[in-house]
Amino acid sequence: MKLDARIPSGPLDAKWDHCKNEMKLVSPTNKRKFDIIVVGTGLAGASAAASLAELGYNVKAFCFQDSPRRAHSIAAQGGINAAKNYQNDGDSVYRLFYETVKGGDFRSREANVYRLASVSGNIIDQCVAQGVPFAREYGGTLANRTFGGVQVSRTFYARGQTGQQLLLGAYGSMNRQIQLGRVKMFPRREMLDLVMVDGVARGIVVRNLVTGEYETHAAHAVLLCTGGYGNAYYLATYAKGSNVTAAWRCYKRGAAFANLCYTQIHPTCIPVTGDHQSKLTLMSESLRNDGRVWVPKNPGDLRSPNEVPDTDRDYYLERRYPSYGNMVPRDVASRAAKERCDSGYGVGSSAKAVYLDFSDAIKRDGVASIKAKYGNLFDMYAKITDEDPYASPMRIYPAIHYTMGGLWVDYNLESTIPGLFVLGEANFSDHGANRLGASALMQGLADGYFVAPYTVGHHLASRKLAKVGTDHPAFKETMYNAKDRVEKILKVNGKRTSDSFHRELGITLWDYVGMARNEAGLKKAMEKIRTLRDEFWQNVKVLGTGDSFNQNLEHAGRVADFLEFGELLARDALTRNESCGGHFREEYQTPDNDTLRDDTNFQHVAAWEYTGEGKEPIRNVEPLTFDEVKPIQRSYV
Amino acid sequence: MTAKLNLTLKVWRQVHAKAKGEFKTYKVHDISPDMSFLEMLDELNNELIRKGEEPVAFDHDCREGICGTCGMMINGQAHGPERLTTTCQLHMRKFKNGDTIVIEPWRARAFPVLRDLVVDRGSFDRIQQAGGYTSINVGNAPDGNSVPIPKTQADPAFASATCLGCGACVAACKNASAMLFVGAKVSQFALLPQGQPERAQRALSMVAQMDEEAFGNCTNTYECEAACPVGISVDNIARLNREYIRASVCSNVMP
Repeated sequence: MKLDARIPSGPLDAKWDHCKNEMKLVSPTNKRKFDIIVVGTGLAGASAAASLAELGYNVKAFCFQDSPRRAHSIAAQGGINAAKNYQNDGDSVYRLFYETVKGGDFRSREANVYRLASVSGNIIDQCVAQGVPFAREYGGTLANRTFGGVQVSRTFYARGQTGQQLLLGAYGSMNRQIQLGRVKMFPRREMLDLVMVDGVARGIVVRNLVTGEYETHAAHAVLLCTGGYGNAYYLATYAKGSNVTAAWRCYKRGAAFANLCYTQIHPTCIPVTGDHQSKLTLMSESLRNDGRVWVPKNPGDLRSPNEVPDTDRDYYLERRYPSYGNMVPRDVASRAAKERCDSGYGVGSSAKAVYLDFSDAIKRDGVASIKAKYGNLFDMYAKITDEDPYASPMRIYPAIHYTMGGLWVDYNLESTIPGLFVLGEANFSDHGANRLGASALMQGLADGYFVAPYTVGHHLASRKLAKVGTDHPAFKETMYNAKDRVEKILKVNGKRTSDSFHRELGITLWDYVGMARNEAGLKKAMEKIRTLRDEFWQNVKVLGTGDSFNQNLEHAGRVADFLEFGELLARDALTRNESCGGHFREEYQTPDNDTLRDDTNFQHVAAWEYTGEGKEPIRNVEPLTFDEVKPIQRSYV
Repeated sequence: MTAKLNLTLKVWRQVHAKAKGEFKTYKVHDISPDMSFLEMLDELNNELIRKGEEPVAFDHDCREGICGTCGMMINGQAHGPERLTTTCQLHMRKFKNGDTIVIEPWRARAFPVLRDLVVDRGSFDRIQQAGGYTSINVGNAPDGNSVPIPKTQADPAFASATCLGCGACVAACKNASAMLFVGAKVSQFALLPQGQPERAQRALSMVAQMDEEAFGNCTNTYECEAACPVGISVDNIARLNREYIRASVCSNVMP
């Protein structure tokens, strides 16, 4: 497999303009002759569907939820970055670019990140014009706050509900196109496979989750905007429905899957309380702006937190990282919490938590000010834990939150399958080995509003695409394959629920492919996953029929794919013999437990190629070059 | 650690939209008070699967109170007994050992039942499609700070914009009215300068679609506000009425 990133020539700050000038255009009157499929309606999907329809293409959009507005982008809390420099604090496109590349531990493409930073300001303008109610100052201008890994204030926000407001903005734009008849919306549909004709992505197979019917849809391009794979770990901050199925099916059709081992563990989540737990809840990283993280100085200190005097507290982030303090990047903060807990300083009944304390901020700014900034987060914490965070510190622990890895795409966001574009969290491209806070919303919307509308057009204008309808034999064949797999799950009729398989997979991944990984553990994980997968196909119990509304069947299908995917995740982690960002291999660390990269051997993207059932996948490599920034040992001290 | 709960559940079961539904009674044991309501239903479902009975279908996704997917009538209250709380954020510590809990889907003509506790809220999407947006194409936006919006105006617009679209307001209303939902969206744009160009048309189109979907009228009982998990105020209904009159009487936009 040849990986051509198609990075445009010219100086870094002119590449995107150069690329746009070179790209072929579809004339206004011809656009209506092209059909485009968009799978997923989060920030990336909804924004892409709306913008492509505005241009005049016929768009069909699909989501598994009951409404496109439910996609999990809606749960993003903290904010969205943009290099507006409204605060006059020295921000610039270059600085956002540099901090994103550094935050990603020098494992992303310079050209992609620069483009992301350069369109970031347009995103804010677009969202404001849509009526997104961003936080504002009394004078009426937009407000900003700061986020981890950054030394300027460039994050725009809508209280703790930024993702919700941005998604509703994109949903509104898409609704307008639905009303105009340019987008046809298909909710409660699950994509089960990609249809290829002559080596090009030409359609999809979906299952209607209400009736159980299989449907085929043909198009000239397919955009996958289906989010990340964090639910492989079972306990995660993802929505319960988030899954890897669509991306995994595309992998099996020839799309390379890249850098799976870059998984983000978010430091400020509400700790696990018991075996019944179905998901973990994140609280925005913005809390670290005013909250101070600490554990008792003495291991096993059982006093209630308010009784521990300042002299007996270890504000370990401030101690270790004096210049960034509590605002170090997520991977650094998460590992530090794990290290403290593993060393016996953890708090709470599980001893797997650290304190996030607002008492100083409340003393300084008053309860009202803290309430205005973080009220909804505090309420959420109180609801889940039955404790009052205004009165005593919150307990937090890291949890799986985002995946930087995803389907490999070139500069045009096109996968290794021509005509298959991948946007948002589903692709691997912009965050390297670690994503900075408030950059996911930025990337999803950049891809959908400002990149795909150009690059998809180029694909349509420059390739000769034969007329293909759903009567083409490839559609029938792909549909029967998808159907067979679903029927096979129903026929197992074993004894274990799909949920119990999912939980067991999650524990294996968390234990061996979690915050700290090593060779022996990763090998063990692969072995365990293989065994579990075999058992799944012998012993899973799924009730009901395939031709009805059957949530149990939906879940089992997703778990079956996670069981295949999990092994590749461990394999990717095993073959990357270095530590970087969200991938921490115990064998490769600095004396102060930080990530130790190996730029000589691993300054590359690993893109996995499917070779067939039961066969070893091939690890392809795309070297990363840094012309503008010099990779350094990341330091937040 | 509080003691575990043993509960009796009366759950609405209905195989598909056209089938006749009925309540079925189930017992659940050893429920931790720290469980969310949906985790309690997960336990029930795992137990049902092990026994060879089809699990109870219910909608849910984010389980952190923001996506608006979940929602059921719990002892006759939309999203259950705790105020300002979605079903997924309701915890079992709000119930007592030995309680009987009656669980039903949203009941409204505009929300037909698909299966068990799952309803079709497509009518909400269609109302939004009728005008819940500003008509601005990508590429046309002026600088974000070009129009200052005072905080005193931005904050109420934000408060209206936080509606989850869960449908609790409709389910709680004896008339199954969608006025709070529509009022919230119309208000968000009526309060912002960006919403002004289409202000009259938006109010008329969204109300027309609401009527077409067979939602009932508002008779000011305020059950909607009481049931709303994010505290959308009935002021939004008053504003919707004003906006509608303003659009009908003072504008030249045709309904």
